[in-house]
Amino acid sequence: MDKYIKVPLNSEDAKMLRAGDYVYLTGTIYTARDAAHKRMYEAMKKKEELPLKLDGNVIYYMGPSPAREGRAIGSAGPTTASRMDKYTPDFLDLGLKGMIGKGKRSEEVKEAVMRNGAVYFAAVGGAGALLSRSVKSAKVVAYEDLGTEAIRELQVENFPVIVVMDAEGNNLYETAAEAYRVEL
Amino acid sequence: MNDMRTIQTSEITEQIKEMCIEANHFLSEDMQACLKRAAEEEKAPLGKQILGQLKENLKIAGEDMIPICQDTGMAVVFLEIGQDVHFEGVPLEDAVNEGVRRGYTEGYLRKSVVKDPLIRENTKDNTPAVIHYEMVPGDSVRITVAPKGFGSENMSRIFMLKPADGMEGVKNAILTAVRDAGPNACPPMVVGVGIGGTFEKCALLAKKALTRPAGEYSPIPYVKEMERELLEKINATGIGPGGLGGSTTAFAVHINTYPTHIAGLPVAVNICCHVNRHTVRVI
Repeated sequence: MDKYIKVPLNSEDAKMLRAGDYVYLTGTIYTARDAAHKRMYEAMKKKEELPLKLDGNVIYYMGPSPAREGRAIGSAGPTTASRMDKYTPDFLDLGLKGMIGKGKRSEEVKEAVMRNGAVYFAAVGGAGALLSRSVKSAKVVAYEDLGTEAIRELQVENFPVIVVMDAEGNNLYETAAEAYRVEL
Repeated sequence: MNDMRTIQTSEITEQIKEMCIEANHFLSEDMQACLKRAAEEEKAPLGKQILGQLKENLKIAGEDMIPICQDTGMAVVFLEIGQDVHFEGVPLEDAVNEGVRRGYTEGYLRKSVVKDPLIRENTKDNTPAVIHYEMVPGDSVRITVAPKGFGSENMSRIFMLKPADGMEGVKNAILTAVRDAGPNACPPMVVGVGIGGTFEKCALLAKKALTRPAGEYSPIPYVKEMERELLEKINATGIGPGGLGGSTTAFAVHINTYPTHIAGLPVAVNICCHVNRHTVRVI
C-alpha cells in the first residue's frame, strides 16, 4: 500500500507502518554510515552530546558520490545496514525512529525496533542516480573530516522506500522470499 | 628486441582514467540485456517495479552523468600483457594508479579506499587499485577495469572442501553463499565461481569469472550444465530483486575451473550486484 509520510517521524506514523508498505518520505533525514556511527557511539558511551538529536529522526545509511556543480548531491543509494547493527539498538533506545538501508538486520535490532515502535525501511540498492532526484538539498552537519561518511542533513521530497521491519516484528525479506520460493 | 612494441605508460593512465568513468556511468551491453529480459520476465509485481526503477536509474546515470551507484567501488584492474610489449615511462603500477586517481577525481566518483585496513584513513583519491597482471602471447595489452562495490564483495566466500564432497558439495557451497548474501548483495546478482587451484588462485578465478560477458556459458560441457542448474536453483530461492521477493535473484552464474591438488577442492564464490561493472579495451 502506498503511503505519504512526513519526516522526522512521529510515533503514530511509525507504529502504523507495516512491512511491505511502499512509502514516500518528505522532510528532513540524516545520513550516517560506518565511521559516523562508530564516532557517535563512542560519544554516547562517554556521555558526550551527540551531533544529531536522535529523537524522532530517520537515519539514512548512505555515503554519496561527489555532487557536480549545481546539483544537490551525487549518486545517493543505500548501503548495507547490518554493518550498523552493533550501534543501532542503543540509538533506537535514545529515540531514533527510523532507518533507511538495505539488507538483513540482527535479532537485537529487530527487538529494539519492536521495543521502541520504530521502523526499518529499504531503499533500492544500486539505484543511486534515481534516488538522488528525491534529494532536494544536502549539507554536512557533523564530522566533515569523514568526507563521504560525514553526517549530512538532507531535505527529501517523496523519497521512495519500502518498509522491511515494522513495530510488530514483521520482516518483509523473510515473507517475500518465501512467497516466491519454488520447490525444484 | 627488434620485434618489441613500445607502449608509453602514459597511454595506460589515460585509458584507465576513461574506463573508470565509463564503467561507473554506463552499463555494459551484456548487463543491459540481462536487465531488460528480467524486467519482462519477473513474476513479482514489486520485483518488476524494482527492475523498472533500475532501468530508469541507468537512463538517468547516462543522461545526467551521475554514477549508477554511489559505491563506485575499489578499482580492480586486470592487465593481460603481450610478452612482446615493452613499456616506457613511469612504472606501470604508478601509471595505473594515476589513471584511477584522475578518473575518480575528474569523474566525480566516490573515494572509498582507506590506506590501512585497521587505521582506516581515506586515501581521498580511491587509490590504490587492485591490479592483476598476466603475461600472454602477442604485442597488445588487454585492460579490464571492474570497479567492485563492497555490499556484494562482503558477501563473498571461500570454501576449502574435501575431494569427497564432490559435485554436490560444490553446488551446496555456492547456494549457501547466495542464500546468506540475500538482500545484502543488491540482487539480481552475478555469481562468479572459482573451482580448483590453490586458496588464492581459486579466489582470482572467481573474480575473473565476473568479467565474462554475462550469460555466456563455460565452454566445458559439464561446467555449462552446472551453471544452468545453479542459476535455476538460485532463482527458485525467491529472494528476488532487491531481496524483496521474486523470480529473478541472479542474472548469471559464471564458473571458472583450474587443476588442483590431490587433497583439495577449493571453491570461491565472488558475488556481484546487479550492475557488475566491467569494461574492456585492447591497446
